[in-house]
Amino acid sequence: VVVSGGGMVGSAMAAVLGHDIHFHDKKIALLEAGPRKEYDHMPDSYSNRVSSISPGSATLLSSCGAWDHVCSLRLKAFRRMQVWDACSEAMIVFEKDDLDDMGYIVENDVIMSALTKQLDAVADRVEVFYRSKAVGYTWPLHSHSCDTSPWVQVELADGRRLQTKLLIGADGHNSVVRKEAEITNIEHQYDQSAVVATLHLSEATDNNVAWQRFLPTGPIALLPLSDTASSLVWSTSHDHASELLTMDEESFVDSINSAFWSNINHSDFIDTAGAIFRSAISLLKPSGTAVRQLPPSVAKVDPESRAMFPLGMGHAAEYVQHRVALIGDAAHRVHPLAGQGVNLGFGDIACLAHHLSAAAFNGSDLGSLKHLLKFETERQRHNVSLIAATDVLKRLYSTTLAPLVLLRTWGLQATNALPPVKVRI
Amino acid sequence: QLSLFRFTVKRPFSTSHSSVDSKEMKKFQLLAHKWWDEEGEYAALHSMNDIRVPFIRDTLLSMNSNYHLGNPLSGIKILDVGCGGGLLSEPLGRLGASVTGIDPVEDNIRTADRHKSFDPVLAKRIQYKSSSLEEIVEESMETFDVIVASEVVEHVADLETFIKCCSQVLKPEGSLFITTINRTQLSYVLGVVFAEKIMGIVPEGTHEWEKFVPPEELESLLESNGFSVKTVNGMLYNPLLGSWSWMESTSLNYAVHAVKSGATDSPPETDTQQHSATAGTA
Repeated sequence: VVVSGGGMVGSAMAAVLGHDIHFHDKKIALLEAGPRKEYDHMPDSYSNRVSSISPGSATLLSSCGAWDHVCSLRLKAFRRMQVWDACSEAMIVFEKDDLDDMGYIVENDVIMSALTKQLDAVADRVEVFYRSKAVGYTWPLHSHSCDTSPWVQVELADGRRLQTKLLIGADGHNSVVRKEAEITNIEHQYDQSAVVATLHLSEATDNNVAWQRFLPTGPIALLPLSDTASSLVWSTSHDHASELLTMDEESFVDSINSAFWSNINHSDFIDTAGAIFRSAISLLKPSGTAVRQLPPSVAKVDPESRAMFPLGMGHAAEYVQHRVALIGDAAHRVHPLAGQGVNLGFGDIACLAHHLSAAAFNGSDLGSLKHLLKFETERQRHNVSLIAATDVLKRLYSTTLAPLVLLRTWGLQATNALPPVKVRI
Repeated sequence: QLSLFRFTVKRPFSTSHSSVDSKEMKKFQLLAHKWWDEEGEYAALHSMNDIRVPFIRDTLLSMNSNYHLGNPLSGIKILDVGCGGGLLSEPLGRLGASVTGIDPVEDNIRTADRHKSFDPVLAKRIQYKSSSLEEIVEESMETFDVIVASEVVEHVADLETFIKCCSQVLKPEGSLFITTINRTQLSYVLGVVFAEKIMGIVPEGTHEWEKFVPPEELESLLESNGFSVKTVNGMLYNPLLGSWSWMESTSLNYAVHAVKSGATDSPPETDTQQHSATAGTA
């Protein structure tokens, strides 16, 4: 098996397969264009690229032994998530009944380091090619009596050739594997960029809540990193994003605080309508409303930590072909507003690894479409609805038009009051 | 297809007790190059791997406590009689077994050899020979731990000879796995008429209903030739899904697991006599 792409998803795929008992005798290669990333201990400052890791993803990472390393390096668990609208008082709070962790905010570098360690642990089965790029793929012809190899040939930049029964493309939303396999990708660039930064709070606090406010220009989110630091993910228009990057630090901090605190987008009409709905709910379901809390205020930003990157949506029409499978962003790209991007990728891994493990224990050819299609069906069913929902939310919240604001205000308030719907989310 | 095309080789100067049927051989010669098309003529055989490989694997694992899940059949020598294009040999090889595949049709062996040649691991673990079962008996007495005869016995000319030969090349307490088709009205309707003539799941003329083997007949032949039948399971093919499953009834396809008795040096005649004596049957 060859995994192309050594990011979080590609590395995790290789690590999970490498630790699978039924893969004991198999050889796995991981191709990564960048250098090896490993830290014994983290630098003092936080990296500005972080991910929200769901409990399910944490389970996957612990199945290959990586989660322990993550815990020993650095992570922040959060117990609550408050999501609210800039145009009204509507909000929704997510929280697990038993006060368990809802999720974890982990720096991407920490995850990479943990995975690198676990890849080392199975180095007899998994060979990692750092600083290697695949420059060419030769696909097997589908005819069965041909004399050429029925496997996929991968040519590396340094001239080496690998041949494999199954090529897994984990090479991101501009996937070369996907393009070379001629799989159609439905994609759409959002007119938004995300600005990330590492922020320092005005005062130390428990900081175990994730905050997200939907502004008309896009959602702004504050993800806890420690008692005094949080990570910023602010999706906004390209112009505003560039502005945010170039303005001085004080103004930047002011923009963030006002984005979370200001009520400038409220209108009396919406406020009244929202209030009426809320009283209606509290009559029907007394516990259905909650008090809106205010996120902590930000004091300063880490100097070098501001960065921006464009956002888009993408979904591959097929996740698999004969001897090829796509996982992670190569298969689907999503807006960060739901914090799901990497979790979808980890979900892909769990599903694909399950099917490949069973196939290996049956002595099947790993590249056979039979089990690859099962993976595709399962994941497409799961992913498409989530990606569509995220896209709809993004569009719904990108406007200040009263009817839509009202709709989403009531919708949010209702959803907040209805436990079954919330649990599903 | 409801049946797998494997059968033992015909010797050029065949005696009346050869298990190979030359008519059957010709049928398979024509399709020799179609083996590895997972969606072609042999699609049902490919999907039969989904139940017969776990059946063989799990039975063998349950008899042997010393195995590694990453290489479950390591150290086991298997003879795949009527291996065809190697559809069953390859998964067994991947699970760690040393497989010898024999088939009378040379084209089949050629296809099988070529297909395994691309996989360095399989190329070493599997050996193919164009041969009949009788032809390898002399040089392979009590050599194999396991014999697999999947979808073969409904094509052989002389079933008792076939079973005797199996016994000779099998080690004592070795396992014999057979999958085949029952001779019932249902199997005629579904297995021949429906599968061949109507749905085209099996190429026409592949099966002769008269040669189908009822499990009772197979069991009694096995028991009177030094085998102890351990398991008989019915199998069912779903043509809509293209998949196989186990079922209670053996009225269509079925699988058998039998174990050769452990008495090592008693000649076959004595064995049969003893068996008949103890069983009280003539």
